[in-house]
Amino acid sequence: MRFLRSDHVSGWLFVLPATLLLVAFQLVPIGWGALLSLQHNDLVTSPHWVGLANYKALSHDPTFRRSIHNTIEYTLLFVPISIILSLAVAVALSKPVRFISLYRTGVFIPVAVSTVATAIIFNWLLDPTYGLANWFLNEIGIPSQGFFTNPDQAMYGIVAMTVWGWVGFDVIIYLAALQGIPQELLEAAAIDGASRWATFRSVTLPLLGPATLFLVVWSTINALQLFDEIYNTTRGGPLGATTVVVYYLYQQAFQFFEAGYAAAIAYVLFIAILVITVIQFAISRKTVHYTS
Amino acid sequence: MRYLPFSARHLFLAPLALLMATPLIWMLITSIEKPDEARHFPPVLIPSGIDWHNYTAAVDSVPFGAWYLNSVIVCAVVVLSNLVFCSLAAYAFARIHFFGSNLLFIVLLATLMVPFQVILIPTFLIVRHLGLIDSLGALIAPNLVNAFGIFMLRQFFRTLPVELEEAARIDGCSRLGVLVKIVLPLSAPALSTLALIMLLWTWNDFLWPLVAINTQSHMTLQVGLSTFQGMHQTQWTILMAGNVLGLAPMVIAFILAQRSFVRSIAASGLKG
Repeated sequence: MRFLRSDHVSGWLFVLPATLLLVAFQLVPIGWGALLSLQHNDLVTSPHWVGLANYKALSHDPTFRRSIHNTIEYTLLFVPISIILSLAVAVALSKPVRFISLYRTGVFIPVAVSTVATAIIFNWLLDPTYGLANWFLNEIGIPSQGFFTNPDQAMYGIVAMTVWGWVGFDVIIYLAALQGIPQELLEAAAIDGASRWATFRSVTLPLLGPATLFLVVWSTINALQLFDEIYNTTRGGPLGATTVVVYYLYQQAFQFFEAGYAAAIAYVLFIAILVITVIQFAISRKTVHYTS
Repeated sequence: MRYLPFSARHLFLAPLALLMATPLIWMLITSIEKPDEARHFPPVLIPSGIDWHNYTAAVDSVPFGAWYLNSVIVCAVVVLSNLVFCSLAAYAFARIHFFGSNLLFIVLLATLMVPFQVILIPTFLIVRHLGLIDSLGALIAPNLVNAFGIFMLRQFFRTLPVELEEAARIDGCSRLGVLVKIVLPLSAPALSTLALIMLLWTWNDFLWPLVAINTQSHMTLQVGLSTFQGMHQTQWTILMAGNVLGLAPMVIAFILAQRSFVRSIAASGLKG
């Protein structure tokens, strides 16, 4: 009995520091955020309750609507492009060809480059007047483009930049998953006369299902929270073409000091991410199979 | 390693690796060009000489030294405290049956589902109330522990053979003694994974330091770089030199310890 009691005490003592910190800096803010979204709060004067007014205002806010549209557009481009490209790169890198370590390092290094540094580099690469990208386009006979200064192209620039930054992470995950595929399965398929493409489609790809699911979910969550790269390149412009949800939230909270309104945006984003993740897992039940 | 004979893969991999490296190579080249060489189209691909002035101009215009130091301090404290607090909690969740452990574990884990933007403004208000805004404390306090670390270490601890720990307990070793003397020495791979992941996250964190810090000398490297860009809008040579200084520490660390980084990312990704 004494032993049992000491287990309760020591158990709680072990988790106490982590629990107190997570309560103070996670659980309390989560609850507080919900209350904030029901307030008018400018971060300075004392807040007052407004009920669901922030959410009602959001539903009529054209800029918010635009930001949702931009965020969805970005996510629908970024997630498939980065994952399909990474899969191709990982498969190509999975055999010991010459210069393999050089290739791998080239693909992985952007993982260590921060989002801010990436943005600064791409501002220069995509500079409409002196940028290297326009030089390359001119060399192959395409006229210079405006990139981040052109409302029709800015989002594609953001996609290209973030794919560059993310591919390394995805490739690392896929390479680890590829290593886990038993060689016998691939050999068996080859003996049965399956072409390489058939082997890839019917053996490799299904076995990569769990890794793909993880990357789809993780990339989607990150894409929906895009901020750093926008803040350090287009600042939501030109003409609102790259104003994504989290950038708009930041503007509302820390530039217009509408903290209650921003908290409502955060909760809408939270619910959206939750719903999308649940849908992705539901779809995966039918399409992703786990082998042990 | 035995290489395969020439493979068609090179036709895909070589241009790809070049494409991936181009932004960084072009940054390095621009950083040693003269300003009028960078303000030229078509671009000057091979500079006439090496001009280090861009680096001295970058270092003179902003407190890079303070930014490095701030980032190093924040990362060191956050990584160490995570190792300590996450180990303690993870061990209890893995091995000790205590009242409410399952519920508490689920509640703490659930915080991982909540995007940071939800807690951004309340955390700002809490940290301001604590008087920590615009100090390194603002960057450290909210990140001292992370539910992901608790989860990851708990999963790892559960794979260790429990017999060793039971033997030590029978010999009169305390719970803390078992954790420190037996469990942690066996957990080097998991601990280094957590440390590297936390290092990458903390080093590259941007939104929270942007909100929490205003004074230039209190900034971390990432917020500093962002400010630096604002000061030198189109002075591309100085901007690229500063950017080289900004990304160099983590890129060099990554190249030197590529295997550890890659293994950590793979491990955290597959388990997370």
